[in-house]
Amino acid sequence: MNHPADRLLAQTLREEAGPLVAGLTRRFGDFDLAEEAVQTAVVEALTTWRRDGPPERPGAWLQVAASRNALDGVRRATRQRALAHRADRPSESRSGTDERLALLFACCHPALAPDARLALTLRAVVGLTTPQIARAFLVNESTLAQRIVRAKRKIVATNIALTVPESAELRARLRDVLAVVYVMYNEGFVSSTGTTQDRDLAADAVWLAEVVAASLPHEAEAWGLAALLTIQHARAGARFDEHGVLVLLRDQDRTRWDADALAAGEDLLERAAALRSPGPYQLQAAIAACHAASPSWAATDWLQIVTLYDVLCAHDASPVVLLNRAVALAQLGPAEAERALTEVDTLGADLASYHLWHATRAELLRGLGRPEEADAANRRALGLTDNEAERRLLTTRLHRYPLSDGS
Amino acid sequence: MKYVLMFTSQPELDAAVDPDRAQAVYKEVYEWFGTHADAISDSGAELHPVTTATTVRHDDGGPLVVDGPFNEAKEVIGGFTVVDVADMDAAVAITKTWPMLQLPGCSVEIRPMVEDYSHMEG
Repeated sequence: MNHPADRLLAQTLREEAGPLVAGLTRRFGDFDLAEEAVQTAVVEALTTWRRDGPPERPGAWLQVAASRNALDGVRRATRQRALAHRADRPSESRSGTDERLALLFACCHPALAPDARLALTLRAVVGLTTPQIARAFLVNESTLAQRIVRAKRKIVATNIALTVPESAELRARLRDVLAVVYVMYNEGFVSSTGTTQDRDLAADAVWLAEVVAASLPHEAEAWGLAALLTIQHARAGARFDEHGVLVLLRDQDRTRWDADALAAGEDLLERAAALRSPGPYQLQAAIAACHAASPSWAATDWLQIVTLYDVLCAHDASPVVLLNRAVALAQLGPAEAERALTEVDTLGADLASYHLWHATRAELLRGLGRPEEADAANRRALGLTDNEAERRLLTTRLHRYPLSDGS
Repeated sequence: MKYVLMFTSQPELDAAVDPDRAQAVYKEVYEWFGTHADAISDSGAELHPVTTATTVRHDDGGPLVVDGPFNEAKEVIGGFTVVDVADMDAAVAITKTWPMLQLPGCSVEIRPMVEDYSHMEG
């Protein structure tokens, strides 16, 4: 189990890290220096708080430590002597939330490499350390560190400002930000299987999505993503059984869903819907809400779900969306199940290397009374996934339905 | 903050553009320099076609003069200009209005200019 000081630190960082980085950047005019100062303070807190117990005012402790580190950094950086003068000049101060949002837009700037955006966001906005990020994403720590350094240098050298974009650019730039938060949730979710974590990335992503929505209340997709992640997270407790085996939606114990969180997700979805500008996140949230409202898999309003998928396809007709639509379509009846299988088969050209395409085919074939082909598809799926929880699910399926010829 | 905008295109695709259309875009380019006069700190230069390029490169026996551009990329630099704006977002905003971007194969590389040499002192 984690040290209690670590949990307090994680909680504190969620509130403080972003505004601290933004505030020090404004004060010293150097994002790299500011981010490094906060990162060093986080590492100091990790050891000091465990050893001496957490401070009385954790936020203030971090602020003092980060400011001291930044000043040390300025003194060391003789190459940028001019900065020391700027530091004395107070500049216009903004609220912590606005500063955090501006920082988030800079970290998710399209001029940065896509794989660096998430890492930088996690460090600068959410306050994770490089080793924590490396562990969460199973990537090499020095590779990750280099990626972050390169991105930070680019922000400084090209003068990417810590500002929320002008309204003409806002929608497109917001799409990049939401994509990072979405990936953060999904990566956090997948990586949480099996390994113990000192930070709950998925919960951090849900929090960040809500911060973005609350800061940009007229952006429907921001509310849509907050709703989607909140609803998905509410069901997280039922996604693994006591042996760590992934449980599919149809088999989940719905009493283990977090009813309060689901209600919060529906409120967020209503805020999105009220703006009358549905987008992919909002539509996915609506589909998730439809599942959440149903007492069982069998009682699900599949017609409504298929209809929502049709609207979603108009925005995003990606093969994975079409695959999910086919799963819903197959629930409507035997004729629809046949049609769903035909549609899934046409996606083979794009998805043949995706384990869930084979797993979906297996389920459809099983439902249509073709067990040998179903087992073959399940085996193909098994050969294509490295994720332990998913491997166990697919193995269980093979055992639950032994081959009809007994082999 | 100064940024160099390097305008590139692909000669094969340029050749396929209808001459009237090319003429119309060229006129817009002329106007672009007027519209953004306040931001342009050095109008730079338009270059003759890449077929006129000569490269001088390092060689053990002393600098070597060869025909052609310095790399074999499909994209070639057709010109450059220098803008002086507040930050990267402002540089991107101006660049997005570059008329040649209406033509396939055209792109603009934005590079910040080194302006502070204080780190090289003492």
